[in-house]
Amino acid sequence: MQELITRGKELLADGSVVGILGWKEGDFSYNPEPAFFQNEEELDKFIYDGFCGANLSKFMIEASKKEGKTLVFLKPCDTYSFNQLLKEHRIDREKAYIIGVGCSGKLSLDKIKEAGVKGIQKITEEEDKIHVETLYGDKTLNRSDVLLDRCHVCKGKEHRIFDEIIGESKETNDKDKFSEVEAIEKMSSEEKFLFFQKELSKCIRCNACRNVCPACSCRKCVFDSNKFDSAQKVNTNSFEEKMFHIIRAFHVAGRCTDCGECSRVCPEGIPLHLFNRKFIKDIDELYGEFRAGEDAETVGPLTEFTFDDAEPQEAVERG
Amino acid sequence: MSIENKEFKPKIVAFCCNWCSYAGADLAGSSRLAYPADVKIIRVPCSCRVNPMFILRAFEKGADGVILCGCHPGDCHYSTGNYYTRRRMSLLFSMLDYIGVENGRTRVEWVSAAEGVKFSTTMNDFAKTIHSLGENVRLGDIRCKN
Repeated sequence: MQELITRGKELLADGSVVGILGWKEGDFSYNPEPAFFQNEEELDKFIYDGFCGANLSKFMIEASKKEGKTLVFLKPCDTYSFNQLLKEHRIDREKAYIIGVGCSGKLSLDKIKEAGVKGIQKITEEEDKIHVETLYGDKTLNRSDVLLDRCHVCKGKEHRIFDEIIGESKETNDKDKFSEVEAIEKMSSEEKFLFFQKELSKCIRCNACRNVCPACSCRKCVFDSNKFDSAQKVNTNSFEEKMFHIIRAFHVAGRCTDCGECSRVCPEGIPLHLFNRKFIKDIDELYGEFRAGEDAETVGPLTEFTFDDAEPQEAVERG
Repeated sequence: MSIENKEFKPKIVAFCCNWCSYAGADLAGSSRLAYPADVKIIRVPCSCRVNPMFILRAFEKGADGVILCGCHPGDCHYSTGNYYTRRRMSLLFSMLDYIGVENGRTRVEWVSAAEGVKFSTTMNDFAKTIHSLGENVRLGDIRCKN
């Protein structure tokens, strides 16, 4: 972390960047938040630890409108989102100085709490363990048990785009990314419906998933239009919660890098990545393997076609 | 008076492209081929005009089945529109199946302007499927019913 601050200060001092996108301490030591730093003093609050799951690439859209370069810290998975935004001409490569930061999996506070830890005071990380100081004594947990779900299906620790890399990464991928989707596909129609009904009825339409999603970066969102009945935040009927999430997932289909931010920020803990991953799985199976954000040039699967694509009926019945 | 005895009359929305399927429906009409009155046709400039939201919105407003008709692949008036439709609808229908909507409720058919018979048989067949599936309760807004 100190290395990142020093390098940030250097770049600010020699004028090559005018601002820094990073993370700063939140209200508690374990909930850092994205921040924009403009001078050296502010950088003292900079933090980079296991709870810095936030993907900073979306903030580059605003930073690209500013004068001068912005230094942005990106984890390996964030660079996919950056590439995707670059492809869509939402950000300016010339305005960004990218430092790739190492990542050995990000931690989930929810999972720590689920493990029965209460009254958290301070959390310190070690190689494979994390120590939690609580009001009721200390606890030690395995790092792999409290990782965010998305880190178990990590895309790899290689930065796809960067100017320099600081820090070491450690592989955390130990699950098949489509296993959850496959489990649902095997259910009967009734079971599927009940499963999603149960999950989605928790939705309070706070729009956190949309606001955090790097692919959801339209200047005018369809859900903000006053011509659209759902412009208000709350759900007015049981249909809207379903439609909101289907349409949102559809709008990012073929562009979603599966960064998992939607599920991370959901205050109700809805597994929203299941929608995006279903689309990714279908696209892989029907139109050939495609990973959004791998580079900034390849055409997305929904903006091209071949003459012998599967018919919709075949696609559904493929099982 | 009793609601239970009321016969189920499905509401079916058919999006037809202006250049092929709508003309096909016209031909079915002028050839005096019958298709169910449950089918309400909405004319669209091209099948790729149909946004996934149109289909979901139709379900919300009380449709029991939605069918999308366009030109045969390769015959699109705008050259490539229906190829995009095909990809989009494959993904959308697969998603609807995934969240537990019976997959018979949605369909895509390619009907050309010369296929009045195909239009009529498709619609009859689709209406029969929807009849057997019954009312759409999984994707509907309660406020819009009756």
